[in-house]
Amino acid sequence: MSAAAQSAMKGTGIGRGVAVGPVARMSPPPLPPPAEPSLLTHEQESQRVTEAIAAVTADLTTRGQTAGGQAQEVLDAQVMMAQDPTVQEAVETLLAQGQTGEYAVHTAFAEMAETLQALGGYLGERAADLHDVAARVVAALRGDPPPGVPDPGHPFVLVAQDLAPADTALLDLDKVLALVTIEGGPTSHTAILARGKGITAVVGVAEASRLADGDEVIVDAANSTIVVSPTQEQRAEAAARVQARAAAQAAPLTDGALADGTPVPLLANLGTPESAAEAVQLGAEGVGLFRTEFLFLSSESAPSVEAQRKAYQELLEAFPGKKVVVRALDAGADKPLPFLNDAEEENPALGLRGLRALLTNEEVLRDQLSALAQAQEVTSADLWVMAPMVSTVEETETFAKFAHQHGLKTAGVMVEVPSSALLAEQILKTADFASIGTNDLTQYTMAADRLLGSVAGLQDPWHPAVLKLVREVGAAGTVTGKPVGVCGEAAADPLLAVVLVGLGVTSLSMAPAALADVRAELLRFTKDQARAIATAAVSASTAAEALQAAQHTATTLTNE
Amino acid sequence: MSATRTVTVGSSQGLHARPAKLFVEAAQNTGAQVTIAKGDKSVNAASILGVMSLGVDKGDEVTITAAGDGAEAALDTLETFLKTDHDEA
Repeated sequence: MSAAAQSAMKGTGIGRGVAVGPVARMSPPPLPPPAEPSLLTHEQESQRVTEAIAAVTADLTTRGQTAGGQAQEVLDAQVMMAQDPTVQEAVETLLAQGQTGEYAVHTAFAEMAETLQALGGYLGERAADLHDVAARVVAALRGDPPPGVPDPGHPFVLVAQDLAPADTALLDLDKVLALVTIEGGPTSHTAILARGKGITAVVGVAEASRLADGDEVIVDAANSTIVVSPTQEQRAEAAARVQARAAAQAAPLTDGALADGTPVPLLANLGTPESAAEAVQLGAEGVGLFRTEFLFLSSESAPSVEAQRKAYQELLEAFPGKKVVVRALDAGADKPLPFLNDAEEENPALGLRGLRALLTNEEVLRDQLSALAQAQEVTSADLWVMAPMVSTVEETETFAKFAHQHGLKTAGVMVEVPSSALLAEQILKTADFASIGTNDLTQYTMAADRLLGSVAGLQDPWHPAVLKLVREVGAAGTVTGKPVGVCGEAAADPLLAVVLVGLGVTSLSMAPAALADVRAELLRFTKDQARAIATAAVSASTAAEALQAAQHTATTLTNE
Repeated sequence: MSATRTVTVGSSQGLHARPAKLFVEAAQNTGAQVTIAKGDKSVNAASILGVMSLGVDKGDEVTITAAGDGAEAALDTLETFLKTDHDEA
């Protein structure tokens, strides 16, 4: 990394993109209205506020209907906030004291936002929604246009304090090169939007408040940086990356392989049978993780064998002759199912979840395996089944026995718990394959709840402790001659994917949108080079150093 | 007349985000005057901001109070709502 890049503004990158362009700033929130006595009567002010709120809720409702889907739900929640009786009472109290409508609305909403912010986490980030509602009502009171996204008439890098759902819902994606926010974390609306639409974004860049309209910047999500007034050389480098990325997206859909031809099958993670078509289009060679929770989440009881058979058959029919790995129902800490386990647990992540819950409710597992076997009979896909959250050899044996009894010949386990990584060789003597779930493996290795923002810093799959466990599993796969896949988010990070292959992983499964980037990165290195990059990462002391060591080794190898 | 009941919240996200919105809608639909309290803080159950500001998590005990006609029926509906898990995935 050059000296200039090191002095760049830092934030949290979302995705792998890079973009170059001029800044357009979202107009900052209007100045707080002064506390001066109103010249109107209390009733008149009250009437003005009622009309302004009605206008804003009508506008938000229309935006929601235009946007549809998830955005609409968020905007509907904003409508509820605008009409909220608690805030309206606070507004009324201020109006009764002779304040202006502008001041009363601004102050009442700001106090409520402060309360939410004090609660932190998810609620804290909803404070942005509330500030946005207040700014809209105040603008309506003043007769100003609603605050929102600028339109400079050319493509731009949008820089905002934080984006409100009302802004993101109607963003013209043809004009927005990248998003940069001053506030907001990885769970903010901006981050969610960027992930969903594949927009280059860096969030939480405190220093971005210094950026002005027209400033040229490089937004580098892969490195979590913003480079201001880039040099000619930096611009050329970024432009080359933009082009390489576009080329990777447009590259022929070859099967996954390293530079020396070593095959590394690239598979898709899917959650519903309907998503199969997109995965096939993006070149998925099969399915590395099919989550079956969607069949169960909306039901009070487990669905019938027949209902399950239909869904599995639809999935398998999309992949004739290809490998499809189906994971048995994974009820867990973040997705409890009452018919599996309704006990209150102090530590649900360490509780009766995954395969543990299935083995205490054998009929649910047996029904699922029966339905899978029936779907297998009438289709030509190569069906593999795997058990979620396996922590012992005994569990492996029990699951493999059940699967084989039902006529499912390939039965494997997910490695998400350090114990099964350390015992991988014994486990792979029974299991036909292993698939590493890096998100949970990281959570359990680092003892950091993956749903908890305050320990999110520990949830990094680049951590050498996690990589060492992956190496154990990879080595066990080599010794036993059994396949070892990765189906966590780590497989979607191109350089980390190379590291995983260097550690002995034989296939990678990811969200279909990530396939092109990973396919291109794998083609840059031979097996020996991947091993060298992996060795450099595993020998590091911290996650950040592991990433740096991998980057450094990769650059050295490709420049040789 | 008014009625009161204490309920343990079953939704894995507590009363944040979508479950909070659904609860407020459910409370509004009962037509009764409902308040919800956690600890010594009590808020109007028809107020999404009030409900969110309680910071109710899964497993928390909350007290719901309803006044007016159909208070008991309103509490029946809301008790069932609070005990159910409304989160997907």
